[in-house]
Amino acid sequence: MKRVSVFTLIGLLALVACRPGPAPPTEALTPTALPEIPTPTAPPEPRKMQVMTHDSFDISEEVLAAFEAQYNAEVEILQAGDAGVVLNQAILSRDNPMADVLYGVDSTLLGRALEADIFEPYASPLLAEIPDHLELDPQHRALPVDYGNVCLNFDKAWFAEHGLTPPANLEDLAKPEYEGLTVVENPATSSPGLALLLATVGHFGETGNYTYLDYWADLRDNNVLVTEGWEDAYWGQFTYGSGGEGDRPIVVSYASSPPVEVYFAEEPFEEAPTAAVVSDGSCFRQIEFVGILKGTQNHDLAEAWVDFMLGTTFQEDIPLHMFMFPANQNAVLPEVFAKFAVIPEHPAEVDYAAIEINREAWIEAWTEVVLH
Amino acid sequence: MRSSRGEEQETVRNSQFAIRNSQFASLLPAFLPLAFLLLFYFYPLASILALSFAPEGHFDPAALAKLFSTPYYLHTLWFTTWQAAISTLLTVGLALPGAYVFARYDFPGKSLVQALTTVPFVLPTIVVALAFTALLGPHGLLNLVLMGLLRVDRPPIDLQHTLAIILLAHVFYNYTLVLRIVGTYWANLDPRLGEAARMLGASRWRAFCEVTLPLLIPAIGAAALLVFVFCFTSFGVILVLGGPRFATLEVEIYHQTIHYLNLPLAAALSIVQILFTLALMAAYTHLQTRLTLPLELRPRQVTQRRPRGWRAWLVIGGNVGLMLVLLVTPLAALIERSLTLKGGVSLAFYRQLFYNPRGSAFYVPPVAAVRNSVGYALATVGLSVTMGLMAAAVLDNRGSGSSARSPRPRGRRLRHLLDLLFMLPLGTSAVTLGLGYIVALDEPPLNLRTSPLLVVLAHTLVALPFVVRSVLPALRSIHPHLREAAALLGASPWRVWREVDLPIVARAVLVGAVFAFTVSMGEFGATSLIARPERPTMPVAIYRFLGRPGAANYGQALAMSTLLMLVCTLGFLAIERFRVGGVGEF
Repeated sequence: MKRVSVFTLIGLLALVACRPGPAPPTEALTPTALPEIPTPTAPPEPRKMQVMTHDSFDISEEVLAAFEAQYNAEVEILQAGDAGVVLNQAILSRDNPMADVLYGVDSTLLGRALEADIFEPYASPLLAEIPDHLELDPQHRALPVDYGNVCLNFDKAWFAEHGLTPPANLEDLAKPEYEGLTVVENPATSSPGLALLLATVGHFGETGNYTYLDYWADLRDNNVLVTEGWEDAYWGQFTYGSGGEGDRPIVVSYASSPPVEVYFAEEPFEEAPTAAVVSDGSCFRQIEFVGILKGTQNHDLAEAWVDFMLGTTFQEDIPLHMFMFPANQNAVLPEVFAKFAVIPEHPAEVDYAAIEINREAWIEAWTEVVLH
Repeated sequence: MRSSRGEEQETVRNSQFAIRNSQFASLLPAFLPLAFLLLFYFYPLASILALSFAPEGHFDPAALAKLFSTPYYLHTLWFTTWQAAISTLLTVGLALPGAYVFARYDFPGKSLVQALTTVPFVLPTIVVALAFTALLGPHGLLNLVLMGLLRVDRPPIDLQHTLAIILLAHVFYNYTLVLRIVGTYWANLDPRLGEAARMLGASRWRAFCEVTLPLLIPAIGAAALLVFVFCFTSFGVILVLGGPRFATLEVEIYHQTIHYLNLPLAAALSIVQILFTLALMAAYTHLQTRLTLPLELRPRQVTQRRPRGWRAWLVIGGNVGLMLVLLVTPLAALIERSLTLKGGVSLAFYRQLFYNPRGSAFYVPPVAAVRNSVGYALATVGLSVTMGLMAAAVLDNRGSGSSARSPRPRGRRLRHLLDLLFMLPLGTSAVTLGLGYIVALDEPPLNLRTSPLLVVLAHTLVALPFVVRSVLPALRSIHPHLREAAALLGASPWRVWREVDLPIVARAVLVGAVFAFTVSMGEFGATSLIARPERPTMPVAIYRFLGRPGAANYGQALAMSTLLMLVCTLGFLAIERFRVGGVGEF
């Protein structure tokens, strides 16, 4: 074994010796086929800042460029998987943060983020323009940027063709005429799946003579299909999304999906081909938050970025890039959203702290009822 | 003959010197790959395990209670193992006849078919799931045909979320491993051995079972091991195609880490997974060294022939037909979808790839996606082939310089250990390792957490075992007499390697290079969990399109998938034609 450690040492030395001159190893070994790092010539050099976020983050080039110009900053956006993955990375690296700002923690993960104490409080002046019910953290560690509602979506043409009334609420799905029509995502692996489970917890409750688990048992008996994630449910199983190859005309998606279908359609639509069920208690509202990571070296820039995300320029950029609704009430919605989107007035409510405490138990109970 | 007696003595002395020092000298090339493993595998792994088990410096067993209090995890381990075993048996069974056809016959379109069989390996699971739905789903092609034939109005086949579709997908993904590794090895096997057995009266079947099969065992073993480990750590196939009722250890590690942040439990499961891989590898290396025989290899020009007679064409047609049905029809279904708009043929989705109507900062021009993917892949090929050759040279325990006599046990044990180490990354949870990078590689000079270099390093870690496993059987089959003869004629160890070993293993190296390319193009391993700056690859672009509703996004995802298939096919064909200057074709 001693031998191995000697090898190790020599190997390490060899590796260090291979490094040419003063260049750090990253640059020395970067493959030439990849784009080079731009060499700034004009003084003063822009300051660098990093924003870590999920894969769904998107922004207009010009909106981003405007921020960079205004603050003479160079913003690097680090994306890694879904919001859960990103939050876990931030928690694991909290002693030496990977970025200055984290965007994308949603209401189902807020409890974990606050408990792990990764954010610094920042009372942005722009919070005045954001409705109070979106502000979940009174200490302003996580500031609301946008929200979306997870709802049932249905294929309008399918229901018209089959002469069936589309579902009006969660309860309808358990009725015999809707047998075998619904596909939902697994709450253990999918964020909309978890949102629907939370909606049922909020709507039916955990106690009483008809709990959320009784409802799920009824759905199971009504032949509900469970997929791993949204992509497979929407593109593979949903009759509309799959172009007729799937056989489920009801899917769990977002209230914004119908306008997005219109926006990305291959032909102009007079009305959306799908619709969302937005009756009271049948949706779950996901609010997405931004926060300044503790330990940042760029405090002023990080604050500027948070203000920027809450300001109307970025807020009006949100709907057509991330397909969520802006939190700032002064932001004007694009036409396609104004015309085709519906916002549920009374989504089901579950306290974020309760989510963090019960997430595992709820998912396990759900798994026991629906899958076993 | 001008060599004097003195020079001859010098040569003999040199070769004796070489033999005496072989123990040390032959281990030398292992330093670089070992240092690599140490820095980018063991160090991150140890960091995340330490952090998981003892976040504040002390060990808290409470989180592990779940592991022992329910039989669930034992069931999961059992399922993980047997589904991997069946998948491996099926893959080897189906691909072995194909390997025979590719080893022994030369026929038109062969390299294209071979390239196409490797394309599945790079496709994102969700895209494969869509292809399978198009073919096998309730309104898929197969069911429509069967409904017409059987005159029924309900789809007769429902494979959704069944074990059958998991196995099918594992064969779909891994067929190429067996085809390439065994096929390449088989091509250099002397056909006269089998022919001699036939002459002596053995039946075709008996000659295969008693002569050819035993000689093929090292290559079959290497391929089967890779397939098994791949299926053992299967993740996307189980989740997406298998559905929520199936879970492997890897799936559980993912749940525990990402959704519950139960790091101690995730770490414990990771360790179980690693130990299991380790035990399997130990058994394999033990068998491998016993079963490998030095052979008189023959160049493929001699062993391969043009098919003659209906029997040969039937065998070729049957196997190529199987490959087309099993591996190529799903690809064709995707291509067909990417070209279909409103019932007609259209290039609209391909054209849309080139536009950025919303002025998005994250728009990926197709050229850039191809450039990023190929750039990462070439860097991975370069790094993993270099280190893989070094590692294989060391692991081949009859390496240049040493004689045919059995090596001393001590050296052998060390080599066995090294062999195990190089395979380990493949059997390690990508989720665990991905988080390990974030925890460990956060300080200069290894501040790589957000560097694109980390992507190449993570790809190389997965690609390395493929290169080693591809090259090693070929290297071990080289008869020591060849090397001894070269050494006695005065060739330096380097020259022996360059002129004896390399030409013989060149094909196998190219097989390894193809797999390294594939691993990188398909974004395997921990990379999906690494934070990366804006340098999106083709799979990343595909996921981005599939992440939101709208027919245009679906179409563009499939157009990008088709582009990925095309680039990979071209890449495979190019790598196969690659020749190191002066190294002869074998």
